[in-house]
Amino acid sequence: MHPLIRTILQRLALGGIALFAVSVVVFSALEFLPGDFATSVLGRNATPETVEAFRDELGLNLPPAERYLGWIGGVLRGDLGHSFAGRAFTPRAVSDIVLPRLANTLFLAAITAAIAVPVALLLGLMAALYRNTRFDRIVNAATLSTVAMPEFLVAYLVILVLAVKLPAFYAMSTLSPGMDLTEKLQAVALPVLTLSLVIIAHMMRMTRAAIIGVLASPYIEMARLKGVRPWRVILRHALPNALAPIVNVIAFSLAYLVVGVVVTEVVFVYPGIGQTMVDAVRNRDIPVVQACTLIFAATYILLNLLADIISIATSPRLLHAK
Amino acid sequence: MQNNSQGAPAVSRRRRSLSIASASLAARIGMIVVLIYLLVALFAPFLAPFGEAQVASSIPYAPPDGTFLLGTDQLGRDQFSRLIYGARNSMGIALATTLISFTVGGLVGVISAVLGGWVDQLISRLVDVIMAIPQLIFALILLSIAGSSIPNLILIIALLDSTRVFRVSRSVAMNVAAMEFIEAAHLRGERLPWIIRREVLPNIMPTLVAEFGLRFCFAFLTISALSFLGLGIQPPTADWGSMVREASALIAYGNLTLFIPAGAIAVLTISVNLIVDWFLDKASGLRNGQ
Repeated sequence: MHPLIRTILQRLALGGIALFAVSVVVFSALEFLPGDFATSVLGRNATPETVEAFRDELGLNLPPAERYLGWIGGVLRGDLGHSFAGRAFTPRAVSDIVLPRLANTLFLAAITAAIAVPVALLLGLMAALYRNTRFDRIVNAATLSTVAMPEFLVAYLVILVLAVKLPAFYAMSTLSPGMDLTEKLQAVALPVLTLSLVIIAHMMRMTRAAIIGVLASPYIEMARLKGVRPWRVILRHALPNALAPIVNVIAFSLAYLVVGVVVTEVVFVYPGIGQTMVDAVRNRDIPVVQACTLIFAATYILLNLLADIISIATSPRLLHAK
Repeated sequence: MQNNSQGAPAVSRRRRSLSIASASLAARIGMIVVLIYLLVALFAPFLAPFGEAQVASSIPYAPPDGTFLLGTDQLGRDQFSRLIYGARNSMGIALATTLISFTVGGLVGVISAVLGGWVDQLISRLVDVIMAIPQLIFALILLSIAGSSIPNLILIIALLDSTRVFRVSRSVAMNVAAMEFIEAAHLRGERLPWIIRREVLPNIMPTLVAEFGLRFCFAFLTISALSFLGLGIQPPTADWGSMVREASALIAYGNLTLFIPAGAIAVLTISVNLIVDWFLDKASGLRNGQ
């Protein structure tokens, strides 16, 4: 088998194992609940019969392996169970709660990625090419302090400047069903800016390091010494080899976005999945927490997997392997 | 790494030249800031004019004056005193977390590297699984099961962070474990604890010290973020993350109180980063014989 295909298949298998392991961890969340949780979910007036029916529905009377299979089967069919909140009266399907919020979060993340990725790559490339100049030092100091700051501080600084001192935007990003695209874009402007600032700082630093690493290799020096034009050195010699680290940088930052989104959504009261998860943790609404964890973890694993595969598939060394 | 092969004494002799006098301006500023923070945390009860949870004024959200230097919060507690106690709680909890994650992660990492074989494989795969879930998300699901209390918080973050420490200490210890002097010690019949203490640890110390600073920042930021979300340190315990949360409703009215605890968090992490940067520069310079 071509080494390229073999490596990619290996990575796919590893990704599959990681997803399986994550599903087991998420599934076991229900195992560790205290024995009386059914009563606390259903309220004090629950009869022993309703408690028993509730335990039956969660499958708590079945052996763990069987319960896992039933649960993961449901997850794969999009059935994530029912929320604990308001359980005694009207049970709501977890998917009805989570999916609309997921769409909002994806909207936020997609716009952030579309802005942050090109800006960060450009800044990182320039900082690497103009290494140790004033430009490089200023960009470095700015990104170092952004990386070391908590996300909520960045968010509130953005609010302070663009919503309080200069009232151009609202400090809260609420979405309502009737909004058109322009209104929606205006509503997400501040969270997008916050997330962009945070991930641009990370991504730019890593891009700079990756490019500097490649530019320091002997074959670049060789190309320069034999008189290859500077732009040709960058495009033909440096870029193909820097592609893999850069793709990894992008994936890492997007994976970081997954986490940054939680805090940012809470600051801006944005109706996304991060906010949903925080509320669910506060109310100990385990099925919703499970669903959110699965979505976050799966996104994280798939992004990293995708980056791995792209960097393997574009790696000059593996492409031309004998 | 290569010229460390003389073993432990060589490193400790070189480390003597790692003195504060050689620190850059940025690193010195960082050290002074960290020192001030530590002093404030240690002497909090003497410095704070009011108690941590004491309702000192009948006026909530009072503006700063001579008695209440930073005004009062929503319950009429003195913000300045809460900020001082916050240094103790926020830093203390992050420090406890980092100490546990280092003891567990560092020890298991070194043992895993020195033993190798199936033990190493088993632990490494387990760590891979834990690291496949973003840390904040993992912390959230564990907190939703266990509930938010300070011991739970410390144990959960320490457990999750110890995986990072494990990876770092394992990989540096692997490099050291491949050296001849380790093999020599094995052949002379030295026991595992002796080898780890006398041969491996002194050689991986600089890396671990730098990692300790970074992990402290990370634990500190994670706990602050959780407290900010209302899922970390719970009231009435004063802590900077929850103080930001409590003051956040006021920013819409142009009240900037929340930037004081938020700034306190950022200044500390930036300072620790400056020290770590200097330390890493210095340590790699020493290793190259400068």
